[in-house]
Amino acid sequence: MAQAVVVAVPPTSGSGRTRRRSWTGWGFVGPFMAVFGLVFLAPIAYSLYLSLFRQQLVGGNAFVGLENFQRALGDPNLWEGFFRVALFLAVQVPIMLGIALLVALALDGGRLYGTAFFRISIFLPYAVPAVVATLMWGFMYGTRFGLVGNINDAFGIAMPDPLSSELVLASIGNIVTWEFVGYNMLIFYSALRVIPASLYEAAEIDGAGQWRVITAIKLPAIRGALVIATIFSIIGSFQLFSEPVILQQLAPNAISTDYTPNLYAYSLSFSGQQYNYSATVAIIMGLLTMLVAYLVQLRGMRKEA
Amino acid sequence: MTASTAPTGVPADAAPVAARPGRPHRATPVRRAARGSSRPRRSVLLTLTTGIVLVYSLVPLAWLLINATKTQSSLFGSFGLWFSGDFALFSNLAQTLTYDDGIFVRWLGNTLLYVVAGAGGATALAVIGGYGLAKFSFPGKRGVFAVVIGAVAVPGTALAVPTFLMFSRMGLTNTPWSVIIPSLISPFGLYLMWTFAAEAIPTELLEAARMDGASEWRTFFRISLPLLAPGIVTVLLFTMVATWNNYFLPLIMLRDPDWYPLTLGLNAWNAQATTAGGEAIFNLVITGALLTILPLIAAFLLLQRYWQSGLAAGSVKE
Repeated sequence: MAQAVVVAVPPTSGSGRTRRRSWTGWGFVGPFMAVFGLVFLAPIAYSLYLSLFRQQLVGGNAFVGLENFQRALGDPNLWEGFFRVALFLAVQVPIMLGIALLVALALDGGRLYGTAFFRISIFLPYAVPAVVATLMWGFMYGTRFGLVGNINDAFGIAMPDPLSSELVLASIGNIVTWEFVGYNMLIFYSALRVIPASLYEAAEIDGAGQWRVITAIKLPAIRGALVIATIFSIIGSFQLFSEPVILQQLAPNAISTDYTPNLYAYSLSFSGQQYNYSATVAIIMGLLTMLVAYLVQLRGMRKEA
Repeated sequence: MTASTAPTGVPADAAPVAARPGRPHRATPVRRAARGSSRPRRSVLLTLTTGIVLVYSLVPLAWLLINATKTQSSLFGSFGLWFSGDFALFSNLAQTLTYDDGIFVRWLGNTLLYVVAGAGGATALAVIGGYGLAKFSFPGKRGVFAVVIGAVAVPGTALAVPTFLMFSRMGLTNTPWSVIIPSLISPFGLYLMWTFAAEAIPTELLEAARMDGASEWRTFFRISLPLLAPGIVTVLLFTMVATWNNYFLPLIMLRDPDWYPLTLGLNAWNAQATTAGGEAIFNLVITGALLTILPLIAAFLLLQRYWQSGLAAGSVKE
């Protein structure tokens, strides 16, 4: 520490230039990028390659240009799944992020008893694997030894089956909300905690009420966190896989093998051996995900201006 | 939300703390002190309202804990949120650990292997990578940023299918490597370490060490690494969750149950009831699920102080 005081005095004007030209940083970033290239870039390149070919019974791979893409664009299985996750996204993400934001604001406002207990308890489900969360909720949804069955018995009623084909999407939404509400709450809460005190003092001098402080100071200050959480949630929704695939055992009739685009791509590859077409479906979903994430980011930034 | 309460009087001692110029390096404690002055009255109503979310979060965990104490027969037909029948937790535990020649213990060992190698490696790569991005300028830095951020949006299956095909050509599928290698990359971890290192390590300190003739790696290990500790704990915890909870990747890569992690194993046990001739072992699924989540919950509870400060620092830059 003492060294810092001694040497930091002379302005190191030259260091900026040498650092700019230096390749030293690659020594640190290189290992990450090498593995990144192997497990991210190479597979992406490979799936682009795959999407241009078709496996034939005779003669192996044949170059087919954009034929796979043409087929995908007119494939009702893919688009049904796509609109299903889009519906899921439009309903589940606002509910989840809304609850997360309200809890974060409540915790940050300092008006709760036992703030620390609230914070950690609501976050805990994040540490539960999707598999365990889905099995647990699946048991609870069940009419045999689940809570739904208990409630039906206790009150002599017949609640709608959460695993029926009408309700199963909402039931999946509930599982995902349960898993991630605390995680998003923590992201918002962390962002709220670092708002500079001076902003609050200014508001206090102006006599702003709590509600006004929230809308005029807190929400604008954490817009970055809101945009990031929204983008991550969009990506997560489009990739919906584990929850439906595990619930499938309990509700085989309600959840088809093309229930979500991800599930469809998986079934194409690993049950259907249609690797080329599966890669095409995955690329289209990747492009759509990036497009939606990009639009959200643009919107988030424009509001800021 | 209840009507806003007028702020209580501001004690005189709060003013000098808050009047400190510029943004404080560690914003949280300063602001907390300043806000303590005008802390609004605690609200029972708000506590109860937030309590609904608390109950929602904890009820399934309570359900799991309660039902891990039931025998398979009392699982059926007893009220889910209360104890019933014999207290069978210990016999369930014993049965879970010994069923099928102790395959559960094997799965636990596999999960630990994937977590130690995968999450440990991912954290190491993210820490040095994030540090390199935060503290050096080098040719291609902008490109690195663009590529890594863009890659986050690529869906898992877009990568999974071609990765599987690549790995099967390399003879890596159905081996631990097929699960460990893809786990080594955490773009979120890299981003978090990047923002954290930019905040936590004063550039002057590095300049000083360079002037003293220390090599870059020596500087990193001796000076920077200790300063990065809260960020490292945060990234380690989040990569641990990602690898411990991973389902999709091992699902496609592994065929042999001997290499399954816990998540895959539990699902196989659960599916056993629906397969022809399979024995229903729901009590073991539930007890096994409880055992699967306990280590991570314990880690999060014990390391709270570190990862919460790590997250807070990471969000400064947003």
